[in-house]
Amino acid sequence: MIWGVLQFPGSCDERDALHACEVVGGEARLIWHEDRDLSGVDGVVVPGGFSYGDYLRAGAIARFSPAMEAVAELAAAGGPVLGICNGFQVLCEAGLLPGALLRNQELRFVCKQADLVDDQGATLSIPLKHGEGRYYAPEAMLDELEANGQVAYRYADGHNANGSVRDIAGVRNERGNVVGLMPHPEHAVDPLTGSTDGRKVFEALERFA
Amino acid sequence: MSAHRELGLTDSEYALIVEKLGREPNAVELAMFSLLWSEHCAYKHSRKLLRRLPTEGPRVVMGPGENAGAVDVGSGYAVAFKVESHNHPSAVEPFQGAATGVGGILRDVFAIGARPIAVLDSLRFGELDSVRSRHLLDGAVRGIGHYGNSIGVPTVGGEVYFEEPYEHNCLVNAMCVGLGKTEDMVRAAAAGVGNAVVLMGATTGRDGIGGASVLASAELGEGDDAKRPTVQVGDPFEESKVLECCLELLAKGLLVSLQDLGAAGLTSSAGEMASAGGVGIDIDVAAVPLREADMEPFEIMVSESQERMLAVVEPSKVDEVRAICDKWQTGSAQIGVVTDSGHIRILKGGEVVGDMPVEALVDGCPLYDLAPAAPAAWIYGNRATLPADADSAATLLALLAAPSIASKKWIFQQYDSIVGSRTVRRPETADAAVLQLPESGNAIAVSIDGNGRKVACEPFNGTVEAVLECAQNLACVGAEPLGLTNCLNFGNPEKPVPAWQLDRAVSGLAAACEELGVPVVGGNVSLYNEGPDGPIYPTPVVAMVGELPDPARTAASSFAKEGDAIGLLGPFAPTLHGSELAKQRGELEAGLPEPKVAAIAEACATVREAVRAGRVASAHDVSDGGLACALAECAIGAGLGCRADLQELRERGCTPEEALFGEGAGGFVLSGDPAELESLGARVIGEVGGTTIELAAGDRSLVIGLIDATEAWRSLDARAESVAEPPADA
Repeated sequence: MIWGVLQFPGSCDERDALHACEVVGGEARLIWHEDRDLSGVDGVVVPGGFSYGDYLRAGAIARFSPAMEAVAELAAAGGPVLGICNGFQVLCEAGLLPGALLRNQELRFVCKQADLVDDQGATLSIPLKHGEGRYYAPEAMLDELEANGQVAYRYADGHNANGSVRDIAGVRNERGNVVGLMPHPEHAVDPLTGSTDGRKVFEALERFA
Repeated sequence: MSAHRELGLTDSEYALIVEKLGREPNAVELAMFSLLWSEHCAYKHSRKLLRRLPTEGPRVVMGPGENAGAVDVGSGYAVAFKVESHNHPSAVEPFQGAATGVGGILRDVFAIGARPIAVLDSLRFGELDSVRSRHLLDGAVRGIGHYGNSIGVPTVGGEVYFEEPYEHNCLVNAMCVGLGKTEDMVRAAAAGVGNAVVLMGATTGRDGIGGASVLASAELGEGDDAKRPTVQVGDPFEESKVLECCLELLAKGLLVSLQDLGAAGLTSSAGEMASAGGVGIDIDVAAVPLREADMEPFEIMVSESQERMLAVVEPSKVDEVRAICDKWQTGSAQIGVVTDSGHIRILKGGEVVGDMPVEALVDGCPLYDLAPAAPAAWIYGNRATLPADADSAATLLALLAAPSIASKKWIFQQYDSIVGSRTVRRPETADAAVLQLPESGNAIAVSIDGNGRKVACEPFNGTVEAVLECAQNLACVGAEPLGLTNCLNFGNPEKPVPAWQLDRAVSGLAAACEELGVPVVGGNVSLYNEGPDGPIYPTPVVAMVGELPDPARTAASSFAKEGDAIGLLGPFAPTLHGSELAKQRGELEAGLPEPKVAAIAEACATVREAVRAGRVASAHDVSDGGLACALAECAIGAGLGCRADLQELRERGCTPEEALFGEGAGGFVLSGDPAELESLGARVIGEVGGTTIELAAGDRSLVIGLIDATEAWRSLDARAESVAEPPADA
């Protein structure tokens, strides 16, 4: 499959995501934030970083970019969309995913390797690095997400470094084709730099392509 | 007070300016001279000394004098690196001071066409029990994280010491490492009469006016709050755009030369570009995009607003350059032109408001000889914190808990250390940061060191030790040094003792680099680091970049597995002089033995080759806190205990205490197969395993639980967090 990786001014991890898509076996290309046309990619990664400097609120400006209009259409058509860190924040701001990301409980940026548990019960070792990664949604919405199987990833016991409600690290939309998570699977595809568990996060979306 | 003295110029310097101009300078010219003739820009008290440093080497691509030094890493790629201080801004306002320190050093590296791939920091604060120190630590760490994390460059390593003499004058030195194609690297010299001078990036405001002269080239003291407007404010988002924009412009070959705007802003950038190219430059301040409408010409010329770059562009390419700036949503304006006048001329519209020969402005500052004098004795205080009757176990726990030795997880966990997908060894997992370079198929290792306390004991030998510490750290990950850069943080050079410290330290740096065959490819000098109680510890921070052929063949510092043998290798001759233990006992005094550089270089080569060949399971150099702390660190990191007999060192004539806690260059703790270790020339001294750390050293033998050791070593988190209100008088 062909992945497109969005590039906003202030993106940081777009080259890492591009590389990860290639490692997972896909083809990948960068998509400039002003491009309304996704030029035929099968899926999109909205990468980490500080799009538009995270001014106003993380992800709040990026959601209005032309490329995000195209991403919304791809999502509506059932295509795979993966939001990582700032990309997760952007997808929440765009209303493509439920909930919001707040400042970490400790009010500090945190970078560390963490264990996640996916909805199959498998444990994945994937790094996280963010200052605004505390997942929040109202209780009723959380109950609904859990009932619908929309909680894609949770922090394992003792690995919730940001105070996310119900240890939620990542969520998906109802259809399952849009996934966002705070940890960075694109930084977990090479044994030399950590682990390779991040590949599973990309692979889990391939069936929507 | 006369205008020139207020700006930091002496009467004789002012007289020289009048002589060179043939008239009195006007306000614009005086402001510009005062900055370029400041210590910070002109290196007037250090330039003569720096000529002692060896700068040549087969792998040197760019040496001193450029925005950053660079060394060849093969396959057509070069690694650029530089360290710079942002001490006084950080002492006044730690968050912005540290943040803009990172921003400035990043610009130095991408100005030569290298993409920044790593940041490291060297920090010094007063003791951690001081509220001021915790406030400064907290602010500096947040500032470094804010800038580095936001711009997508990983912070992969660093070091920090907490010592009383830094209480009022903290040190924040930031290092950036970049990677680029050797053939694409650009120098900062302006060339081509008639070419356009284009200012890119942020607009110009009133921030940082006089930072180089007022803040960086004078001692801190009463009323520093009033200096806060001289600290710049950073915007990493703006820098991120300028960075990507500049790298695209360079990749497309659209720039003749490029220079960042740092200390002294447009004045120094334009001046240095003109000087390096042997040309003149006309600048029209009316063309500079401003934040505030009514800025005076002198303010525009000396503003230190961040995130700005100055480029020389052929006239036919200006439109294309500006279009790419627009694409990256960053500013651009043609503000001047390269001339053959040999003068920097400042215009406002059509009117000339300043006109100075480049030679006088940039290279005309007199260089001073120092008047060094050795102090009669130890000149710093030294408060005892460890009870005199503490036994060996209590002593080891106290050393492991010393903020300068304890784990720095609280700090590095606040930094993104992995963005860029190059980080093979994350902080505290190895003695040096290791970054893979898929572009050239190999990897680099980076280390930054400089124990000021030892330099205070004896500046020459202490500086040699700092260089050796770097070299040993690189050896532990299998890297061979390619080049060194440094930041010399010292007190007031016009006083005899700091002058002596500087003079001796530079000689030590030169001697160590010469003997190791490591060229000095760049450097930075920060003088006038003094508080009300006198100068800081003399602190030459040295940073080394090394190469290793295979990123997969590098060692961790912690023990690998139960049952492995522990080996001690190298001409380690521990002494309590200048050690953490001497400090805690209040026994610091002048004097430090001379390290045996040649023998230590040989040990480094042995360790390097053994790591590359996979013959050792771990490698860690013996540093602060001596062999006992080195062994404990290897054990704590692995979650495995160890037993060792330090009799080997007793045989070398050490007391039991020196064997345990003595420090000095040249020692390596290795682990692995015992026969393999012995064939390397290491002495097998113990074995990995169990849940205790047992060290036999005659009547000072000790046993501590691994859990207790771990708790002590991890104690910085809680103490740093008991934070961070600014002191009442700040």
